[in-house]
Amino acid sequence: MSKLYTGAEIVFKCLEDQEVEYIFGYPGGAVLPIYDELKNHSSIKHILVRHEQGAGHAAEGYARSSGKPGVVLVTSGPGATNVVTALTDAYMDSVPLVCISGQVPTHLIGTDAFQECDTTGITRPCTKHNWLVKDVKDLSKVMHEAFKVATTGRPGPVLIDIPKDIQFAKASYTKFKKEKKLNGRAHNKFSQNEIDQLIDLISKAKKPVVYTGGGVINSGPQASETLKEFVRLIGFPITSTLQGLGAFPGDDNQFIGMLGMHGTYEANNAMHDCDLLINIGARFDDRITGKIDEFSPKSKKVHIDIDPSSINKIIKVDLAIVGDVNEVIKSAIKKINKKQNGLKDSNKQRISKWWEQIQKWRTKNSLGFINSNKEIKPQHAVKRLYELTKNQDTFITTEVGQHQMWAAQHYKFNKPNRWMTSGGLGTMGYGLPAAVGVQIAHPDKLVIDIAGEASVLMTMQEMSTAVQYNLPIKIFILNNQYMGMVRQWQELLHEKNYSESYSEALPDFVKLAEAYGCKGIKADNPDELDFKIKEMIDYNGPVIFDCHVDPNENCFPMIPSGKPHNQMILGPNDKEENKITGKGKSLV
Amino acid sequence: MPSPKSAYSIPTKKGKLDTHIFVVWVDNESGVLARVVGLFSGRGYNIESLAVAEVDATKNISRITIVTTGTPQVIDQIKLQLKKLVPVHKVADFKREDKNVIFKEMALLKIVAQKKKIEKCIKECKKFNPVILDKTSKSVVIQITALRREIDKMSKKLKPFGLTSTSRTGAIAMTRGAQTFK
Repeated sequence: MSKLYTGAEIVFKCLEDQEVEYIFGYPGGAVLPIYDELKNHSSIKHILVRHEQGAGHAAEGYARSSGKPGVVLVTSGPGATNVVTALTDAYMDSVPLVCISGQVPTHLIGTDAFQECDTTGITRPCTKHNWLVKDVKDLSKVMHEAFKVATTGRPGPVLIDIPKDIQFAKASYTKFKKEKKLNGRAHNKFSQNEIDQLIDLISKAKKPVVYTGGGVINSGPQASETLKEFVRLIGFPITSTLQGLGAFPGDDNQFIGMLGMHGTYEANNAMHDCDLLINIGARFDDRITGKIDEFSPKSKKVHIDIDPSSINKIIKVDLAIVGDVNEVIKSAIKKINKKQNGLKDSNKQRISKWWEQIQKWRTKNSLGFINSNKEIKPQHAVKRLYELTKNQDTFITTEVGQHQMWAAQHYKFNKPNRWMTSGGLGTMGYGLPAAVGVQIAHPDKLVIDIAGEASVLMTMQEMSTAVQYNLPIKIFILNNQYMGMVRQWQELLHEKNYSESYSEALPDFVKLAEAYGCKGIKADNPDELDFKIKEMIDYNGPVIFDCHVDPNENCFPMIPSGKPHNQMILGPNDKEENKITGKGKSLV
Repeated sequence: MPSPKSAYSIPTKKGKLDTHIFVVWVDNESGVLARVVGLFSGRGYNIESLAVAEVDATKNISRITIVTTGTPQVIDQIKLQLKKLVPVHKVADFKREDKNVIFKEMALLKIVAQKKKIEKCIKECKKFNPVILDKTSKSVVIQITALRREIDKMSKKLKPFGLTSTSRTGAIAMTRGAQTFK
């Protein structure tokens, strides 16, 4: 008879087998047996957060920057409900998380016991799958399956709910067999015929564009390399979604900027006018497509995605290739190299006019803004931050709002996994805890949260976590005293009725930083900006940087939601065109 | 009509709605029905009827039959989303007009009336394999099996004759001929 282990021991044996190094969590009554067991497993370090939402986002930051699944440990009831936002965020942005939650003992389930909630019921729609373990004999199998579900196919969060009596109960442990690169529910079954069709379309296109998304990042760093090779080989312009930034170098000439609601003029016009659209690992989100009926009306559309349910969900495509991004592009490159050696040159000729058109759009300089020498413009602050950090390997997280879009527009990413932002769910308060997780995964790298003052206050308590573990994260707050994106929409659509978007009382962020035991820096003058940013970078410890910026600045360019790509509103440099009026107004 | 200052675009084209029958083979475990049904309610799909029971006790498999309506694009999505659920083994999708598939629903009809009317009801049910499950001097319980719309029609027809309650199973489906769905 094999040795018997308690449920709590089995949890850790599984985590060890899965090579988990960090758990982000918060203890409570229903997980105490697991916490009690922690001391016996030195290879696993627990990071104590200040709120379970913070644990979830930290695990997301960890997962996205390292490519490994993030592990979260919370208690029953409020512990579980607090983590729901982070699970939903991870579900929307396809981040692999394994959340372990305590539950009241099995005999009390359903009795409204203290700190009881229907955790699997609540988290069912925001996880890929979840389990309530009612028998300790199932525990090791469930744990290993949970990691498999979270990390294969399109990644996502899973949750395992373990009642307290199961944590005490004993069973034997079944080791898991590491399978070869799993693609369990991945459906990596694309055919060579599909690749041939793709190449045929590529070799005929006159106005092509490649549109990439987070799927490239999720496919692993190798996929970004393959993508680079592919795009250089075919010579097409490439644009990226918010989530895909970094997969292709942001400062490369073939990169035409981010697309979508706050994307560049050239990227959105290219999407509208193209005759071939190759979507690689993106999902035609409504912030990308604008008005569906007028989305890229003249193009043949190709969609490469690992998730079959992403295909034809919003936009009908002409060619769907279901599979892992890296595998699909690799086999496309192979085919091109083997069959059509001449493709490279003939392609360049055929699309040279198209490139000329794109250059014309580029001259609009749609990301331009009117700088000031009196006030710090938020775009200027991001640009300076980029210039002063681009020579080192920097990881950027963001909160949600105007600052997030400015960061996406003006910070250029050259490598994948360096950009962590809440895209699908748009969770304010994501960036600070995510930065904690990123710094845990990359202790020697520079990690900056480009934040807004409203967002960052939602999870500010995690500064205490950063101080406890001496994580030198830098919180770079673009402080405009408004919920800026709300204010911008109110200005453009609601007759400047700034209903509840102004924060009348804000903390003194420098004093707040000091109260947490970290460094506070304040800047409100463009002249001192560079110097103070350098001071922030050079400081060995967590910093809150309070950068006071022009409160009235708006984020441009912008496509009002109900409009197609070629009807963007440009910034103040281009004032006369395209005011939102009449019907368009109702559509944003 | 969506609110005029919506943050999202307004739907424009409305596609033609088709009725489809989905047959879903799932692990018979706790919460599995909630996952399937939650998928429908969460994504705003319709359920016209739902029938579910375990069909293989050794392999622990249940068979869920769902009748739904949607545009071809939505029907496609339902199928793909169902396939993503972990306890789902396979998903079959049939158009209601499909001649190669048998759709049947069972109904129990209770009629409370005088003898004459009861006799009339039994006669009306003739076409649908009626089985008299219970009979008293004032009432009868008849079991019929038929298509959904036939049962709809019958319950309308029998109302004036004293039909007081109807219980229906929801449609179940099976392909004709020797082949089975893989």
